[in-house]
Amino acid sequence: MEYEAVIGLEVHAELKTGSKAFCNCTTAFGGEPNTHVCPICLGLPGVLPKINRKVVEFGLKAALALNCQVASFCKFDRKNYYYPDLPKNYQISQYDLPLARHGFLEIEVNGEKKKIGIARVHMEEDAGKLIHVDGSGGGYTLVDYNRAGVPLLEIVSEPDLRSPAEARAYMEQLKAVLEYTEVSDCKMQEGSLRCDANVSVRPLGSREFGTKTEVKNMNSFRALQRALEYEIERQIAILESGGRVVQETRGWDESRGVTVSMRSKEEAHDYRYFPEPDLVPLVIDQEWIEKVRRELPELPNSRRERLIRDYGLPPYDAGVITSSKALADYFDRAVALFPDAKQVSNWLMGDFLRLLNASGLEPDASPVKPEGLAELLKLQQEGTISIKIAKQVFEEMFATGKGARQIVEEKGLVQISDAGELAAIVEKVLAEHPQVVADYRGGKDKALGFLVGQVMKATRGKANPALVNQLLKERL
Amino acid sequence: MELYYLTAHELGDLLQRKEVSAREVAESFLERLETVDVKVRAYLTVTPEKALEQAARVDAARARGENLSPLAGVPMALKDNLCTEGVRTTCASKMLAEWVPPYSAFVVRRLEAEGAVMLGKLNMDEFAMGSSNENSRFYPVHNPWDLERVPGGSSGGATAAVAAGEACYALGSDTGGSIRQPASFCGVVGMKPTYGRVSRFGLVAFASSLDQIGPITRDVTDCALVLQAIAGHDPYDSTSANLPVPDYRAVLTGEIRGLKIGIPKEYFPEGMEGEVARIVKRAIGRLSDLGAICEEVSLPHTEYALPAYYLVAPAEASSNLARYDGVGFGLRVEGNDIIDMYMRTRSEGFGAEVKRRIMLGTYALSSGYYDAYYLKALKVRTLIRRDFEQAFKRFDVLATPTSPTVAFRLGEKAGDPLAMYLSDLFTIPVNMAGLPAISIPCGFSQGLPVGLQLIGKPFDEETLLRVAYAFEQNTDYHRRRPELGV
Ligand SMILES: [Zn+2]
Repeated sequence: MEYEAVIGLEVHAELKTGSKAFCNCTTAFGGEPNTHVCPICLGLPGVLPKINRKVVEFGLKAALALNCQVASFCKFDRKNYYYPDLPKNYQISQYDLPLARHGFLEIEVNGEKKKIGIARVHMEEDAGKLIHVDGSGGGYTLVDYNRAGVPLLEIVSEPDLRSPAEARAYMEQLKAVLEYTEVSDCKMQEGSLRCDANVSVRPLGSREFGTKTEVKNMNSFRALQRALEYEIERQIAILESGGRVVQETRGWDESRGVTVSMRSKEEAHDYRYFPEPDLVPLVIDQEWIEKVRRELPELPNSRRERLIRDYGLPPYDAGVITSSKALADYFDRAVALFPDAKQVSNWLMGDFLRLLNASGLEPDASPVKPEGLAELLKLQQEGTISIKIAKQVFEEMFATGKGARQIVEEKGLVQISDAGELAAIVEKVLAEHPQVVADYRGGKDKALGFLVGQVMKATRGKANPALVNQLLKERL
Repeated sequence: MELYYLTAHELGDLLQRKEVSAREVAESFLERLETVDVKVRAYLTVTPEKALEQAARVDAARARGENLSPLAGVPMALKDNLCTEGVRTTCASKMLAEWVPPYSAFVVRRLEAEGAVMLGKLNMDEFAMGSSNENSRFYPVHNPWDLERVPGGSSGGATAAVAAGEACYALGSDTGGSIRQPASFCGVVGMKPTYGRVSRFGLVAFASSLDQIGPITRDVTDCALVLQAIAGHDPYDSTSANLPVPDYRAVLTGEIRGLKIGIPKEYFPEGMEGEVARIVKRAIGRLSDLGAICEEVSLPHTEYALPAYYLVAPAEASSNLARYDGVGFGLRVEGNDIIDMYMRTRSEGFGAEVKRRIMLGTYALSSGYYDAYYLKALKVRTLIRRDFEQAFKRFDVLATPTSPTVAFRLGEKAGDPLAMYLSDLFTIPVNMAGLPAISIPCGFSQGLPVGLQLIGKPFDEETLLRVAYAFEQNTDYHRRRPELGV
């Protein structure tokens, strides 16, 4: 039998507001354990939360960018459960009246566009971090509350995803939207973007949902795709062998490449949600919503369309360039200075991304700024340096942060386009290789390449290759 | 009269005229406290050094000719659920027996700014849960009017201290009557302001939607003075109202002619102490003698207030008290694993009444029961609020007994939670509706004080003070002091 997967994603994105959701502590990543804390985020007796307006504003931005309907009235609720990383043993979250609902995100897989529904977007606070220390007698656990109270946005999709590839595309697109709106850093490794998946399978064509499992602990796009592929296969195998899928929470084990049962439905928490009495309900007026909407930046999909339309970039190139806001911003700045968009995109997708990835940097942290890249491309275009030298200079720029022209001058890399100067070298090469000259004259065309190479070698790559070709042919 | 038995405004006048120094006043109270607290047991922590240091600062400021608040140099004490930086704040619980807050409550900072002199922290029912102070995990408080009797609760240490001359005034907290009922039992003035009038920041939460901090004083003028000092908006309490604070002393005119006072008939039920009902009715008669128009009114949903309260308050408490788990602060009893540690810590840290309410609340919020209990209670709460809204269309103030009885004997109701809960029958609806109310001494039944409760419109503490002051001007119950045999 053929099966189809039904997947919904629950994504948690840390909002990059300067301070925490309900107190004035910094949200900065890192920091000595328990230094970004105060009585409020430590949940000491007597404290009260105070909503940070920025959290609502960032939530609004994301919700509008995800085409959601924003609630004019929403409230916070307490989600009660005991865990040592949760100072109050309840999390301030939103339950039945979330910030926004009924949105969608458009994804593209294998050239096909698809709208994925967003069920809800709500605000909540993060918990602290537990650090387990092994030791004799079972070890112990330390708690770091620096992350406790950092604002999160939970974005829940409808079960509209039908394959791991779609889930990955959704996640990548969502990341791009959150980056473009500048509400989150979206660093999966640092945990500022996290995702859980609800997965079930059903016979193709069936309208009913199968029993779902919830998969957790997927810390990269690759992990998400692999975990879903595994889980779907696992569920199909159970059904094929006449078994039944058990509703449970499963964790992805990256090293073993499997999902493992964490807890069953029976062990599921009763969170005893109730309205947070320490916060008043939020009334979000239409004016505020419209202001945020007006100030929304260009979003990834429309930017991609713009690159295709205005610069004639191939859709693939436009997709790669706009997948990251920083890269697209870089592209725009470089093209403004060096208008050959395809050339710029080739450089970005080639050497630029290769060196960035190798050094683990984001585009905006690149040692080569758009001005530097444009300068290099101009040098190449006006014939001052060859393409080969340009690649060499780019690596040098990346490593040292120096300007293209400076490197070219310091290293004497200016292309030799003086026919007189080159003619002497050509003469010398011909004199040194009489046999090759004879071969060429005897009809071996390939011998010309060897001679060009020798001239380039003698000039350490600086000779203008077209001119060398021309001179050699004249002399032969 | 001894310094320790004067009111704040009387002491303020003496201090202002430099007839006494703040140091002398503080010493008088500290001495008194040392003599009588062995009997009353109102204090959990006494802070004499802090008091004398604060008094010295006030004296120095006065010597420099600074313009000081009328409360400057007046000794006070705080219910032990108000956080005080550097001074342990126990909530009369084993859970927090050693806990020293790193910050002070909003109201504490306000009083410090006024030049208040803090004598110490006052006994209470554990986490403010109780009506007799017998739920203190340290020791029960004794009523200064009869040491065999309870002072009421949960702010019983606070009202007993003010009555016994161990503090000129105190701050308490009131979730279902915890200021007014003990004020009535101890013959002092106790006010629960409108929900949102006073910031709750730094008040250790019992039930967040009901808790409110208020003054406990020896007369109505003092109540106005202290309310003036602590009322107002606090951006760190989202539920505190951003409204201007009127001049409360300006309304103390003694004039109440033409004011309409409603007498809710449900507040004189069969089975309440006849003598208490008679004394309260006589007090209301006094108000009509002064020109007020007193008429009966009905608040039909009154009987549902108590059961609804015992769902809402425990539900919130079950969540508010979840943080006492032995992880970050307070008591920790080591266990085999984290769950075991939680269980041992909470079993030992909390007393029976706190556990009872946590269980009630947890149950009321549980999936499958939420709609039938918690949600239903919220609906009842709305009905109770509407009852009052209706009544306040016709009346400026409502007058009732504060409690159905006078102070009962220690141990008399300790084994019967329901009988104990009934002690707050007339105070609980006020918290459910978020209204302001005051209890003032209005007579004595067999030597024990009886309280008159006045209930006002939201944020209309002024009218309460006005009526209370007019009554006080024409009676002398507020001037009586217990014998205490010393
Ligand atoms: Zn903080």
